[in-house]
Amino acid sequence: MRMSRSPSGAPELAWDVERIRKDFPILQQEVHGKPLVYLDNAATTQKPQLVLDALQRYYTTDNANVHRGVHLLSERATEAYEIARTRVQHGLHAKHAHEIIFVRGTTEGINLVAQTFGRRVVGSGDEVLITALEHHSNIVPWQMLCEERDAALRVVPIDEAGEVDLEAYDQLLTARTKLVAIAHVSNALGTVVPVGRMIDAAHRRGVPVLVDGAQAVAHMRVDVQSLGCDFYVFSGHKVYGPTGIGALYGKTELLERMPPFQGGGDMIKSVSFEKTTYNDLPYKFEAGTPDIAGAIGLGAALEYLEGLGRDRVEAYERDLLAYGTERLSMCPGVRLVGTARQKAGVLSFVVDGVHAHDVGTILDREGIAIRTGHHCAMPLMARLGVPATARASLALYNTREELDALVRGLDKVREIFG
Amino acid sequence: MSEVQDLYQQVILDHNRKPRNFRKLAAPTRLAEGFNPLCGDRVAVEVELDGGVIRDVAFQGTGCAISKASASMMTAILKGKTVAEAEETFTQFHRMLTEDRPGDAPPALGKLASFAGVREFPIRIKCATLAWHALHAALAGQAEPVSTE
Repeated sequence: MRMSRSPSGAPELAWDVERIRKDFPILQQEVHGKPLVYLDNAATTQKPQLVLDALQRYYTTDNANVHRGVHLLSERATEAYEIARTRVQHGLHAKHAHEIIFVRGTTEGINLVAQTFGRRVVGSGDEVLITALEHHSNIVPWQMLCEERDAALRVVPIDEAGEVDLEAYDQLLTARTKLVAIAHVSNALGTVVPVGRMIDAAHRRGVPVLVDGAQAVAHMRVDVQSLGCDFYVFSGHKVYGPTGIGALYGKTELLERMPPFQGGGDMIKSVSFEKTTYNDLPYKFEAGTPDIAGAIGLGAALEYLEGLGRDRVEAYERDLLAYGTERLSMCPGVRLVGTARQKAGVLSFVVDGVHAHDVGTILDREGIAIRTGHHCAMPLMARLGVPATARASLALYNTREELDALVRGLDKVREIFG
Repeated sequence: MSEVQDLYQQVILDHNRKPRNFRKLAAPTRLAEGFNPLCGDRVAVEVELDGGVIRDVAFQGTGCAISKASASMMTAILKGKTVAEAEETFTQFHRMLTEDRPGDAPPALGKLASFAGVREFPIRIKCATLAWHALHAALAGQAEPVSTE
């Protein structure tokens, strides 16, 4: 990469997006005879060669089960798996590695907390508080819990721009509130939720908070200690890692008090037919052989992100989002949905008189991949009064030229629909 | 003509803009809802049966151009048809959308032949058949909403 000087005079690497794109082999292809413009990153991100190599290397040279074998391969696999855990720890700025539990993804992490911690703290007549922005994965596990415990799910409203109504939040936090579960970044609108302020308010009332970070970790530096959240969950595949792996962060004292989620191998110290002694953290929550390769791949992905520089990624994406917002705002017949002051990575929009699904099909034939529909946030769509939106979501490898291609694609939509 | 233009034929765009029989029936004898969880499209189909004959049929709901136009054209073409004829039309329509080797659409399909382009967009077949599935459920007297999944 070229070296340049920042205003402070310190040397800094220029953001060479063309070079970064070369790290992602999948981007070097054509679809429907057009260069692929991948703008569905909130659904899943593409994987850099570094991650693909880590997976390949693990299966080619180190594959063995973890935490059991006396042989060399098992030692190597265990070491690589635990290094991945410390990478996640550092990625989230957690105090201890044992506060990182590997799970299948955000969904499993939230279900784990609902079914263990939630069952302990939520009782009859209590309330769980979420926001109107939540993804189904941060709604349904709480609905299931509330139904089981005869508790109520309360929803903090949002305004037209897609920002959480903080006054309403403060009022909804009551003596009945036993748990708050909130998205860090909205997957459908891109709203960055002021979770720090919301956590402080909850903690003043002694209410623990889970943050769904599925859409945040790829875009911003996350520091669970400075946020003070009790739980933080994210998915590997949305941060340039493999599918099937994610992580749950939990404060030690809470994780210690929680019962296990699933029973099986690896999560025990000793088993007899009379009594089982559970393993220490984090293994108490990792029953069965984990996704070892996935964890290693996730570790590699976080290493890749750190290597690029989280601040630089954030600055580049901020610029890209501002550019996309401006271009789409000038598109005739296009209306942006979700105009919060703080946003990350998402351009959700509707086109006058054209259903999002049709927009998606026409863009696809132009080589442009976007998501259309309700974005697994049907209550949010109902609140906004739209059955569906088209969503272009950004990653660190996207370019202004790709957003120009999106705008040209929308011209085509207008041309066809007249 | 590109595949996209082939998909969005003028007749389809016209039915999308001005859907026919987009209303509630005064006295439906059968009704059913269709839902596509993939995109959230919903359609409610109402039928007024008289003997084995479809006296009137109408729909309401939200959806993409393909699902709306398909529902609209369906209602236009099936009015006055017998239940058996309606089912046969659905079978032929479905065959046209899914068959590997495209031939000429059966003449009985009439304007529905304009949906032949959907074949090149497999993910959109569910859009084109949503209202038909709901109609099928209504004629069969099913009470539960039908899902494309």
